[in-house]
Amino acid sequence: MVLRFTPSGIYCPAGDFYIDPWRPVDRALITHGHADHARPGNAAYLATPSAAPVMRHRLGDIALETISFGETRQIGDATVSFHPAGHVPGSAQIRVAVKGEVWVASGDYKTVDDGLSEPFAPVRCHTFITESTFGLPIYNWPDQTALASQINAWWAATAANGQTAVLGVYALGKAQRVLRLLDTAIGPILTHGAIEATNAVLRGQGLSLPATIPVTPDLDPKSHPRALVLAPPSALGTPWMRRFGPVSTGLASGWMALRGIRRRRAADRGFIISDHADWAGLNSAVAATGAERVFVTHGYTNHFSRWLTEQGYDAGIVETAFGGERLDADEDMTK
Amino acid sequence: MKRFATLFSALDQTMRTGVKTAALAAYFNDAPEDDRLWTIALLSGRRPRRTVTTTRLRAWAAEAAGIPPWLFEACYPVVGDLAETIALVLPPATRESDRTLSQWIAVLRALDKADDDTRKATILGAWDQLGTVERLVFNKLITGGWRMGVSQKLMTRALSTATGIAEADLTHRLMGDWTPDTASWATLIEAPDPTADLSRPYPFYLAYQLDQDPHALGHVTDWLAERKWDGIRGQLILRGANHYLWSRGEDLMTDRFPELAQLVDFLPDGTVIDGEVLAFADDRPLSFARLQPRIGRKTVPRKLLAEAPVILMAYDLLEWGGQDMRPRPLSERRAQLADAIAALPPDLPLRLSPAVPASGWSDLAAARDQSRDIGAEGLMLKRLGAPYLAGRKKGDWWKWKVDPLTIDAVLIYAQAGAGRRATLYTDFTFAVWNGDDLVPFTKAYSGLTDAEFGQITAWVRKNTLERFGPVRSVTPHHVFEIAFEGIQPSPRHKSGVALRFPRMVRWRKDKPLHEANTLDDLKQMLAQYG
Ligand SMILES: [Zn+2]
Ligand SMILES: [Zn+2]
Repeated sequence: MVLRFTPSGIYCPAGDFYIDPWRPVDRALITHGHADHARPGNAAYLATPSAAPVMRHRLGDIALETISFGETRQIGDATVSFHPAGHVPGSAQIRVAVKGEVWVASGDYKTVDDGLSEPFAPVRCHTFITESTFGLPIYNWPDQTALASQINAWWAATAANGQTAVLGVYALGKAQRVLRLLDTAIGPILTHGAIEATNAVLRGQGLSLPATIPVTPDLDPKSHPRALVLAPPSALGTPWMRRFGPVSTGLASGWMALRGIRRRRAADRGFIISDHADWAGLNSAVAATGAERVFVTHGYTNHFSRWLTEQGYDAGIVETAFGGERLDADEDMTK
Repeated sequence: MKRFATLFSALDQTMRTGVKTAALAAYFNDAPEDDRLWTIALLSGRRPRRTVTTTRLRAWAAEAAGIPPWLFEACYPVVGDLAETIALVLPPATRESDRTLSQWIAVLRALDKADDDTRKATILGAWDQLGTVERLVFNKLITGGWRMGVSQKLMTRALSTATGIAEADLTHRLMGDWTPDTASWATLIEAPDPTADLSRPYPFYLAYQLDQDPHALGHVTDWLAERKWDGIRGQLILRGANHYLWSRGEDLMTDRFPELAQLVDFLPDGTVIDGEVLAFADDRPLSFARLQPRIGRKTVPRKLLAEAPVILMAYDLLEWGGQDMRPRPLSERRAQLADAIAALPPDLPLRLSPAVPASGWSDLAAARDQSRDIGAEGLMLKRLGAPYLAGRKKGDWWKWKVDPLTIDAVLIYAQAGAGRRATLYTDFTFAVWNGDDLVPFTKAYSGLTDAEFGQITAWVRKNTLERFGPVRSVTPHHVFEIAFEGIQPSPRHKSGVALRFPRMVRWRKDKPLHEANTLDDLKQMLAQYG
């Protein structure tokens, strides 16, 4: 086995390193900066240059080396390279080759080009480890242009009602993707501190985003009529919201595809926008690898692996007792 | 259908009742009349007769989606709704359609006599020309189970806004035995004839659970206290030499309880009584379990009539001699009801629900504690000076239920919830000790906080012994306090008992595993309260 599934995470014996480990290890290869993938406490980190700033921002002073997309590096007896996963800026699939046998660990990915992240690039391999956050045929993402007009129409209608639109989005990736979809002619965009901090990091690495106004304690929302506020989903419904007066709330997440979840979250509107692959995306990604063997992690593992088995793959589940069954931090709207 | 789907989305996209009312009122103003009528019908629980089985729908949807049946079935509990699951898995439509809601309903009803091939072709054809929301609505027309977040009350208010007719008036008009075939917008809403439907019931007055010390209600002498009987709330209507029995859910139950037919000969025309249908023998009510076999069937075999004879335990008099009594105070209605019943032969299946005498609230508290012994669920407190109101209103009527029964049980199986709770383990099976064995006896779904569900979910994942499809057996370790409203014998269950309304009330982290209750404890409860 080129890669093994251990209680600390995905391990490569030939190179003595881990991919997105759950427990502190000596050498960690990190697919991207989300909290459930890049954890503190590892002795050495390796990630792409565009993932690095966010990791430094979140994890502080860590021993972090970078590796460009497509660049190969020898680690012990393993040859390693990183390839775009299209999930968030800098997110990578990690390819590991040992004696001609190639494995790819997908991390989180989406196949749709969001105009922000380096677009997903399929990598040929013998064994593919895929996520399955949305690995059921009920998840089919609507067209992104239609979605942008839905969000903008809601914003415009909310502004016309004299209310503030507050949209719950995850700080890394989703926030910036939504920022680029917004029609700034409607009104100003205000941002919660957690989101503005990530915006600053990404602007610092050269990403262009529309102008935003941070919500600080001394900001008077009344002086910014017709505003749309971007905030982490956890801020919705807290006292922090009071300053905006009457609001209409929205949430942007793949889970909004389900009416039951939309209703439970008690937001006024749910927008189906995800940084993970939908059913078609997962299937096309798996097919494009040319892999014969597929390990499924992170989501609907049982169902998706059974489906792949019936499609002729040698499919298995990455056993989840180690924590892999958790939902992704950026999509975990159901808490 | 597009107009109706837009309404559906508008209602779905907001939690604010004001916005919902406005959306509905706008719809009642501009939708075609047939569609309005069907919308009222759907929102008040009337749906077209089912012409396609859900088994077929599932199979056709899976086939159209290009997925195996097991995968479709795996999606269903995640979505939590069949109509929505189908709408989500289907490939995008390739055509559009201008058919209205009522036209699509006509298409569905025409399938009644069609063969299976025609049915399939029609349904697949429909799916291929409807958008995702329209599809969901279309599927709901077949499967039923509308939950659009619109209460009958909200719908009536919207209808009132749109038509200018008073809400109470509309509430009355919408009750009864109409369907979109027997009624039109004009006859039902605009020009109703008050004598046209003799069977039409009054809206039931519903009580809230008492949420305060009864002393806060003032003097006990201002109140009538009665037993809260554990049967089926019913409204008996005697008009035009016929009788009708309505349930609270607006079900016409007349034929299920033929015993009551004889009352027509003894009470004056134009009598309407609010009461409780109870299985009753030897001068005392039988358990709800004895009544249950009579609920499910439209006609009653003689044997069952003898085994579980029913009476109407009368609470209130809503109409007398054709006069609407509801505006009069309860004291007056009750006196008239008592007189009327006192004048009847004693063996008729109609009794006056006795008042529980009290000179202070403590008398009633004591009476409440005895409820279970006499087969009641607690007390009802009704203000003697109050009129009979419509719907659930706070202030004049309170139910003061007896505390639930409880038992400490061991968690042995867990299953993920549906829809919004698909990522949490929320459905649990509990067991009690029988010697060294754990015997499962009930399931429970609700009663924990979200944080507790999160905690137990993490624990379940780490302590799974075996998986059976979606169900996991777990290491027996955690004890939960289960509350329930009643217990009855059940040969279908391994434990021999079935509980009514079981739910978790407390996670007994303080309680060691071996201190959970036993099967003998359950059997003792069954002997006492079953
Ligand atoms: Zn991620
Ligand atoms: Zn993730």
